[in-house]
Amino acid sequence: MTESSERARVVRSWEWARPVRPVRREVLSAIPELEEGHPPLLFVPGFGHGAWAYAEHWLGHTASRGFPAYAVSLRGHGGSGPAPEADLRAYAHDVAQVAAGLPRQAVLVGHGAGALVVAHALARYPARAAVLVAPVLGGWASFGAALRGNPFGTLPAVFGGGLRLSRRQLFSRELPEADARRYAGRLGRAARRAQWQLLTGAEPEAAVGRPPVLVLGSPDDRVVPASALTRAARRYGSAPLLFPGMGHDLMLDARWQEPIDALLDWLVKHPTDRR
Amino acid sequence: MPTPTEHGRPDPETTTLARSRDGRPVSDRGDTVCVIGAGASGLTALKNLAEHGFGVDCYERETGIGGAWNWRHDRSPVYASTHLISSRPFTQFPDFPMPDDWPDYPHHSQLLSYFERYADHFDLRRHIWFGTEVVRVEPVADDRWDVTTRSTGGYGPERTSRYAAVMIANGHNWSPKLPRYDGLAEYRGEVMHASSYKDPAQLRGKRVLVVGAGNTGCDIAVEAAQQASRCWHSTRRGYWYAPKYVFGRPADQVNDTLLALRVPLRVRQWLYHRTLRLTVGDLTRFGLPKPDHRVYETHPIANSQLVYYVGHGAITPVSDVTRFHAHSVELADGRQIDPELVVFATGYLPRFEFLDAKILGDDEEVGRPRLWLNAFVPNHPTLAVAGLVQPDSAIFPLAHWQAVLFARLLRLRTTRPERAAAFAARVSTGAGERYSGQVKDSTRHWFEVGHVDYLRALERALRDLEGK
Repeated sequence: MTESSERARVVRSWEWARPVRPVRREVLSAIPELEEGHPPLLFVPGFGHGAWAYAEHWLGHTASRGFPAYAVSLRGHGGSGPAPEADLRAYAHDVAQVAAGLPRQAVLVGHGAGALVVAHALARYPARAAVLVAPVLGGWASFGAALRGNPFGTLPAVFGGGLRLSRRQLFSRELPEADARRYAGRLGRAARRAQWQLLTGAEPEAAVGRPPVLVLGSPDDRVVPASALTRAARRYGSAPLLFPGMGHDLMLDARWQEPIDALLDWLVKHPTDRR
Repeated sequence: MPTPTEHGRPDPETTTLARSRDGRPVSDRGDTVCVIGAGASGLTALKNLAEHGFGVDCYERETGIGGAWNWRHDRSPVYASTHLISSRPFTQFPDFPMPDDWPDYPHHSQLLSYFERYADHFDLRRHIWFGTEVVRVEPVADDRWDVTTRSTGGYGPERTSRYAAVMIANGHNWSPKLPRYDGLAEYRGEVMHASSYKDPAQLRGKRVLVVGAGNTGCDIAVEAAQQASRCWHSTRRGYWYAPKYVFGRPADQVNDTLLALRVPLRVRQWLYHRTLRLTVGDLTRFGLPKPDHRVYETHPIANSQLVYYVGHGAITPVSDVTRFHAHSVELADGRQIDPELVVFATGYLPRFEFLDAKILGDDEEVGRPRLWLNAFVPNHPTLAVAGLVQPDSAIFPLAHWQAVLFARLLRLRTTRPERAAAFAARVSTGAGERYSGQVKDSTRHWFEVGHVDYLRALERALRDLEGK
């Protein structure tokens, strides 16, 4: 990141005066049997998804490689308490709360719009590192892409309806139809205000503590075009890691193991330990 | 990734290159920064300096972290019922939120567990030498510092290490300030300073006089109202006793809503007086003196219960104490009362006994340094003090930003020396600046700051330093 983006915000009277209300949070975890000294990973699902999306494959695999793995359901999603009025700030609050509650300084991993939530949370919690998986960082360009790819799922969201993603956007054809249907059936929706903030919300503030950031995704993702991946990665001064042939939901698709292994390899290689 | 699992003490290599002025060997710690104290301010100094890439050594005289907030420590001023007087959003470190299911005003034991988690989360204990007190801090050439330490209590040999910079975080609520009164020596009752007040059982069934209307004095008066057979509360002047909740929200959150809207001080004072008038009412009807100042002009007292117990007759407000007799206490209005126990909640004085007072600009040695932003020392660019502020809110976020500013300053000393020099000039011209509105009795409250005024000044300093 450039030095100018380090500009710190000190006075936050509005946030102090109006703290986010707590909502019951679902946190799923998989802990390695032996403590190997690796930092914990906190997985943040995208809109409509819950912690279950990571519990299918990634949590267990992460733990089997020696990293404590946790996944949170944002309020109003999965097993967390209902929150119809939630906004991005409330989601970022949930992430910072869970991260700060972990025993060690955590690596934040966000998928889809969950990557935007992570980007916001990075301004409020000094993560050890961050990974943005097929990030939907908002703005009109991603809206245009979503509209082209799935006009009937996207348009209602403009009027406060739920953002609907089709099975064909989320998964590649390699994933058995039954699995795809089962996953799609579990999808929920994000709160209206949070959806709108994808378009109109403020840019995330600079991350605190200068964490290294990795962007990964698929060039064949029908929600996040390859150009958006490059743009997101450039923002954090790197290039995206690409996994061709996969759908948007890299953690559920047939070849789920490749991206998570690449992510963990990056963590092992990257000097995230600042000593 | 290397495994950060070992929890031993730091292990400075003893590269004895230099000798101190009186010829003792000095181990050179290179670019490492020394932090004095592992209380709240020391921990955030450690975390932020390490985050900015500095090696850090911290010396802590006790065997645990938490400083004043660790009730096990000799010098801890907390008592069993101590609760925060600022609500959670104002109290937590800005990048490490307290659990959102905690109460608005957490208990001191929760605060300690918060600091313990902070230390573990950021793996800070490996930087800390526990049971080690700092005896001397002396400037040497090239803006570096010789820090001499020994085991707490004076056992064992002294050892001196040379550091690139020092951040002092020794706290200011441990050295009791005791007022002098005529006849106190002849007084036959029990006398204690609030620092040795730990538990309401100490008051049970006694006739108690509590002196001082700080937040501690008010807390003890309230406990005496519940436990003692009689409670007098002596105050020098009238104060504004702010409730902890107004309009259904923590009072400081309501106050910061007004600050966020940039409502001018006069209007805020009017609103505040109006709110108190409508809720608590006129306190002079209980015999409390009328405040001789406007609200926001003294350190705020957040206590909903004091007025409640005064209204129930369980606390008798009395005027200033003039002198003590063997079995009674004489008050400014000529009345005599006969307490068995006198609790002086008369505050604490900052002390830096390991440092030549002149270095901090405290030429008369009265414990009142001359600093900029209450942290930066003229002519000593590599020395700073963390947490020497008495805000109308919590200290911890302020100490966090002091540490961030110090860390960035130290980094710029190598990368952009001209910016660091401009900062040093600013420190010299700005030393002694105040960060609050008008404050009553400002010599006594010399380090009182308004949290928003102070943080705005610090934010400006951060931006000027980095040229943004």
